[in-house]
Amino acid sequence: MKLALVADIHANREALAAVLAHAATQGVDRHAFLGDYVGYGADPGWVVDRLRERVDAGAFAVQGNHDAAVATGPQPSMVADARAVVAWTRDRLDTAQVAFLAALPLTHVEGEALFVHANAWAPADWAYLQTRREAVHSLQATDRRFTFCGHVHVPMLYHLASTGKAGEFKPSPGTTIPLSAHRRWLAIPGSVGQPRDGDPAACYAIFDSGEHVLTFHRVPYDHAAAAAKVRAAGLPERVAERLAGAP
Amino acid sequence: MRPDGSIAPASLEVGQVVDGFRLDALAHRGGMATIWQVRRVDPPAPTAEAALPLLMKVPRLRGGEAPAAIVGFEVEQMIMPMLAGPHVPKYVAKGDFTRLPYIVMERIEGSSLRERFDAAPLPIDDVARLGAKVATALHELHRQRVVHLDVKPSNVMLRRGADGGEGDAVLIDFGLARHDLLPDLLEEEFELPMGTSPYMSPEQVRFVRDDSRSDLFSTGVMLYHLTTGRRPFGAPSSVHGLRRRLYREPTAPRSLRPDCPPWLQEVILHCLEVRPERRYQTAAQLAFDLQHPDQVALGERAARTGSGSAGDVVRRWFASLGNRQAIEGGAGAQSARSPIVLAAIDVAGAEPALLESARETVLRMLEAEAGTRLACLTVMRINRVGMDELVEADGTSRHLNLLIALKHWARPLLQAPGAPAGAGDAAARITFHVIEAPDPATAIVEYARRNHIDHIVIGARSSGRWRRHLGSVSARVAAEADCTVTVVRATAQAG
Repeated sequence: MKLALVADIHANREALAAVLAHAATQGVDRHAFLGDYVGYGADPGWVVDRLRERVDAGAFAVQGNHDAAVATGPQPSMVADARAVVAWTRDRLDTAQVAFLAALPLTHVEGEALFVHANAWAPADWAYLQTRREAVHSLQATDRRFTFCGHVHVPMLYHLASTGKAGEFKPSPGTTIPLSAHRRWLAIPGSVGQPRDGDPAACYAIFDSGEHVLTFHRVPYDHAAAAAKVRAAGLPERVAERLAGAP
Repeated sequence: MRPDGSIAPASLEVGQVVDGFRLDALAHRGGMATIWQVRRVDPPAPTAEAALPLLMKVPRLRGGEAPAAIVGFEVEQMIMPMLAGPHVPKYVAKGDFTRLPYIVMERIEGSSLRERFDAAPLPIDDVARLGAKVATALHELHRQRVVHLDVKPSNVMLRRGADGGEGDAVLIDFGLARHDLLPDLLEEEFELPMGTSPYMSPEQVRFVRDDSRSDLFSTGVMLYHLTTGRRPFGAPSSVHGLRRRLYREPTAPRSLRPDCPPWLQEVILHCLEVRPERRYQTAAQLAFDLQHPDQVALGERAARTGSGSAGDVVRRWFASLGNRQAIEGGAGAQSARSPIVLAAIDVAGAEPALLESARETVLRMLEAEAGTRLACLTVMRINRVGMDELVEADGTSRHLNLLIALKHWARPLLQAPGAPAGAGDAAARITFHVIEAPDPATAIVEYARRNHIDHIVIGARSSGRWRRHLGSVSARVAAEADCTVTVVRATAQAG
């Protein structure tokens, strides 16, 4: 089965539409949404509605920190830009949309894979997974062979051998990577709506659960239109700048 | 897999069927793997594969075995399915690590290059021919973004040709290889340098695993051995011994074998430079020199004698300390940055304006990439049948006159501002070839194929009358060549 791994959409309608269209051309059977559907972007309602449609059609979704913040109030650890957007977002969602975000689980386990927004060792604490050591920490906190998470907006692949040696790898888009059965893997597909590696194209990945191969993708979209909406909504300028690839 | 992470020992026997492959005979039992001759019985082989003799490689993995064997096999299972072409065994199937790990691949009919080493030193022509075959195979591998990192005689097969003779070189055993676009599972695994000690490059001794030029160093070790009957750095068994190649110049081949021509010593020592950026930059460039000995620019390496002075030791050691100019973007990118450009120039027939346009185009290419090598070619048309006039009316050789004209055409390129410092370096980047053929387009296309040319520059005649009369050579080259072709026209004259 081909599973699209879709993370950190952040209310970016243009980016999500482009990613879903691209995934459709790749023969994707199903979608896994890895959290942070809202926050930063100008189209939270549209994104949540698309998400609910997909979940009704068999997709699954886990909760991200921005989703939790909109549902229950911002976490103390949240950066200022994000905090500013939480209230704005909440005002633009109806009760049903907020309830949907509030009811999302923190983790989803299916077959050999764990799906979680931030990490496996403490999903509700939202700690970032940015180093090999943290990847090992996460892999040791689950008995699943594959972990898929978001939260960090840069595509990354970590692996852990039975000997205890771990490695990390910056994937190139479009290359099909076999995930050897002799080790465990943690993949971060990167962000759909707020990539942070200087390339404005939207990130996502496809995991083939039968073949055990993973392909990272970059999908170009009209990021200028998304940024214009962010500015028009009076959201922080930095959020708009980042859509064009600003660091 | 067992609970402790080890894998059950495989007790395979003749006649057994594994995932539809019948084990016909044990072909080889090695320290790391056993090799079986197999054929597909269930379901029967698809027709495309039916005639292909097959091998099954099964790693010897017992509980507590060194992890090198396991990880090496994981690497091979990952990389082999990505490879294609005649210079690697065709991949057929692989077995799951959790049950029985194996790889089924094409069995190469032919002999191992290893057998030739028993007869070393070999005749010079044999050394050059075998070296060019290995370099050609490596070039194809590097173009697929893979560095082999264990190039040695036993990892090169010589395919039996259609006529029963010696065919292409085929690289086998990808257990230490690295693919630019896949995770390097070996990177973090071991505390000791990985490779086979006589052949390991200086940067491999220092744990660098992403440089395609490492394979050219190993090829240089093989060329040295085939030429002199000795290995340039012995077969050290300690890390200390391995590190000697960082500061010891190898004994000059001509000191061990006086009839080794200077050009071959130049080629071998060029491969064995301690710094990768001082070696050939691509396997195609090495193959080119081995196929055109008369075009090898002889430098200081060709003149070396003995094993170098104390000063040489100091010099090599300091060179080894410098920061390696790493390849950005890996093996595939290196080939793109060090292309071989073929300028197919009709020096006898083209108008001056076209000759100048072609030269301008080539000049811009040389300036854009310092690693570019240029082969200048002109075709001397001969008749298919009958006698050709090989001398001009004045008694001089047509062939020689064309060569002189070609060199004259290229002279301004030697002074190209983008060329590396020193006329000697610029000269080493440019070679000249006059070939005699009845059909220039076919000759150019075949020459480009044989010499792994990346880019052909060719002029198009502006005169319609001539084009109608002769047909367009450039159009045919553009249509039939395997590589990129730039067709140059003379700048249109005003009025």
